[in-house]
Amino acid sequence: MIRPDAPVLLEIRDLHARVEAKEILKGVNLTIRAGEVHAVMGRNGSGKSTLSKVLAGHPSYTVTGGSVLYRGENLLELDPEQRARIGVFLGFQYPVEIPGVSNLEFLRVATNARRAQKGDEELDTFAFEDLVRDRLKVVQMDPAFLDRSVNEGFSGGEKKRNEILQMALLDPLVAILDETDSGLDIDALRIVASGVNQLANADNATLLITHYQRLLDAITPDYVHVMAAGRILRTGGKELALELEERGYDWVDQELAALAGEVA
Amino acid sequence: MTASLSAPTGRSAWLESWLRELPAPSGPLAAVQERGRQALAQQPVPSSRLEEWRFTDLSLLQELPLAPAAPAAAPLGTGLDSEVLRLQLDGSSDPFAGVTLPAGLQVLSDAELAQGLGHTLAATGCQDHWPVELNHAVASQVLALRLTSRSKLKLELHSAASAGLMPLRLLLILEEKAELELSHRLEAQSTGLTSLLVEAHLARSASLQHNLVALGSVDAALLGHLAIEQEPESQVALTTVTAGWGLARLEPRLVQVDGQATSTLRGLQLVGGKQIADTHSHVHFAGPEGQLDQLHKAVAAGQGRSVFNGAVQVPRAAQRTNAAQLSRNLLLSDRARIDTKPELEIVADDVKCAHGATVSSLQTDELFYLQSRGIDADQAAGLLKRAFCEEVLRELPAVARGWCPLEQWQLEQA
Repeated sequence: MIRPDAPVLLEIRDLHARVEAKEILKGVNLTIRAGEVHAVMGRNGSGKSTLSKVLAGHPSYTVTGGSVLYRGENLLELDPEQRARIGVFLGFQYPVEIPGVSNLEFLRVATNARRAQKGDEELDTFAFEDLVRDRLKVVQMDPAFLDRSVNEGFSGGEKKRNEILQMALLDPLVAILDETDSGLDIDALRIVASGVNQLANADNATLLITHYQRLLDAITPDYVHVMAAGRILRTGGKELALELEERGYDWVDQELAALAGEVA
Repeated sequence: MTASLSAPTGRSAWLESWLRELPAPSGPLAAVQERGRQALAQQPVPSSRLEEWRFTDLSLLQELPLAPAAPAAAPLGTGLDSEVLRLQLDGSSDPFAGVTLPAGLQVLSDAELAQGLGHTLAATGCQDHWPVELNHAVASQVLALRLTSRSKLKLELHSAASAGLMPLRLLLILEEKAELELSHRLEAQSTGLTSLLVEAHLARSASLQHNLVALGSVDAALLGHLAIEQEPESQVALTTVTAGWGLARLEPRLVQVDGQATSTLRGLQLVGGKQIADTHSHVHFAGPEGQLDQLHKAVAAGQGRSVFNGAVQVPRAAQRTNAAQLSRNLLLSDRARIDTKPELEIVADDVKCAHGATVSSLQTDELFYLQSRGIDADQAAGLLKRAFCEEVLRELPAVARGWCPLEQWQLEQA
C-alpha cells in the first residue's frame, strides 16, 4: 500500500559494501515507507543477498560508503542484535541449523529480547507457549517443531516456515526476506506467502528478495526493483516483474553495457 | 622434575618413595596389590616418549598427595529407594553398610572375586597398563556385583574424593538379559588422584547403560579404565563426562567377544586453564556383525589441552561390522590445543567403518543467525557452547544430567 505521507522506515543512500576484497554493492539507493511491499529482483551475483546481509549486519560484509537510516537512526553503527531488537528482521535464504539449541527456547529468548526493547514485559515459559501456539497458525506449522533443535533436520519448507514464525513473534517494522521462495514447492510457497501477507500492515514494510515472479503472484509488491552489478538499475510497479518474467534478464545486460558506455 | 620422569632407568624417585610408604599388602586383594606394586617398581612412569602418552604429561602426579584418602562423610542417604539403589563408593568404607540389596543383585564371594577379577582387563588387553597397575597396587576393595538373569536395576554410585589417593574398583557381572543402568558421580574438590578401574562382563542379551560424570578440580587428577566385555546381542551405552580436572585420562576399552553386539560410546571432555583431558578409547570386534556408534566431543578453552585417540580394531573374523566414530572439537582459544586421532585397523573386507574428526571455533553463521534474532553476542556464544555439549549430555538419564552444571562450567573464550 503506497501512501506518500507514510513515515519513511528505511532510507538507503549510495550504499557501497564489499566482502573480503570484492566490492559488491556499488551505490544502492532505496527508500521504504510504512505500509509498502518492495521486491528486489536480479540475477545471481547482482548483489541482492549482499544487500540483505549488510542491512542485517553480517560481520563478513564491510560497508565502504553511503548510509542507511532506519527511522532516522544510523542503522550501520548498530550490532546485528540491536538491529533485530529495534525491528529489522532478516529471513534467511538458508536458515542455519543449530543442533542442541531447542527451537522453543531460541524463539523465547529472541522474542523476549525484542519485547524488552519495546518495553513489553518478559514472557515466562507458559505465557510464551500460549503466544507461540497462536503464531504457529500463521504458517500452519506443527507444534512438534518447537521441541526440536533449531532447524535441525527440517525440510526446506519447514525451515522457511520457521523463519516466518520468527517474524510473526518478533513483529518487525522492516522484514527483509531473502529468497524466501527458494526451495519451496507450490503448497509451501502458498503457506509462506500467506504468512507474510497476514503480517503485513500499514505500520510495517516488507522487502522481498527474489529471483522469480511466482512469489510476487502470491505477495503483491508495490514496487519492483531490478538489481544488477551492485546497483538498482530500474524501479517500477508490479508489471516490471511480469516484464522480467517475459523478457528475461538479457535487456539488463544491454542497459548495463549502455551505462558502461556513458561512463566511458 | 620432568627429567626424573623420563630417566633412562624408567624409575622415578617419587614413585619409589610412594611405593615404600604404602601399607603392606593385606585383605582379599593382597595378591593383586603385590602384583601391582611389583609392576610399578619395574615399569617406567609413562612419558611422552610412548605413543600412547605422547600428548599427556603425567608430571602433575608427583605434585599431588598420594597417600590413601580418608573415607569421606556420606553426602546423601544410601540404600534402596523407589527402584534405585544408591551407594557411596570411596574405596575404603563398606558401601553396603546398612543397605538391603534388591532382588536379582548379588555381591560376589571372595572365591568368585578371585576367579572373575582381571578377566575383562585381560580380554581388553589393558591388564598391564600403568594406570591399571596403579589401581592394582592400592585398591583394597572391589565393588563386585552380579545382576542375575532377566533382572533390572538402576544403580547410582557417589564418590567424593577427599585429599589423597582414592582407588575405586568395580566388577560387574551381568547375566543373560540382565539390564543395568549405572550412573556414577565422581567428584574431587581437593587435591589428589582418583584411580578408577571398572570391569563389566555382559552375557548374551544383557544391557548396560553406564554413565560416568566426573567433576574434578585443577589440582586433582583422574586416571580411569573402563573395560567392558560383550557377548553377542548384548548392548552397551557408555557415556562419560569429565570437566574441571587438572589431568583426566579415561580409557574406555570394549571387546565384542563374538561380535553381534551393540556398543554406543558418548564422551564429553572440557578443559580450560592449563588442564589436560585425554580419552583413549579402544574397541575390538572379535566376531562378525558387531555395531559401534561413537561420538566424542571436547571443548578446549584457555590453555587447555584435549586429546582423543579412538582405536577400532576389525580383524578378519569381524565381517559385516558396522562402526561409526566421530570426534568433534570446539576450540575456544588460540592457546588451547586439541589432538584427535582415529585409529582404525581394518582387516575384514566386508565392513562399514566410518570415521571423522572436526576441530572448529564457534561458527560465524550460527552466531550471526542468533544475533540477527536479537540475542546478544555473549549469550549467543553461550547458547552455542552449551548446545555443543548438550549433544552428549542429552544421552544421560535425568538424574545424571542434573549432575552436570553446564551453566557454571568454564567455557570462556579466554
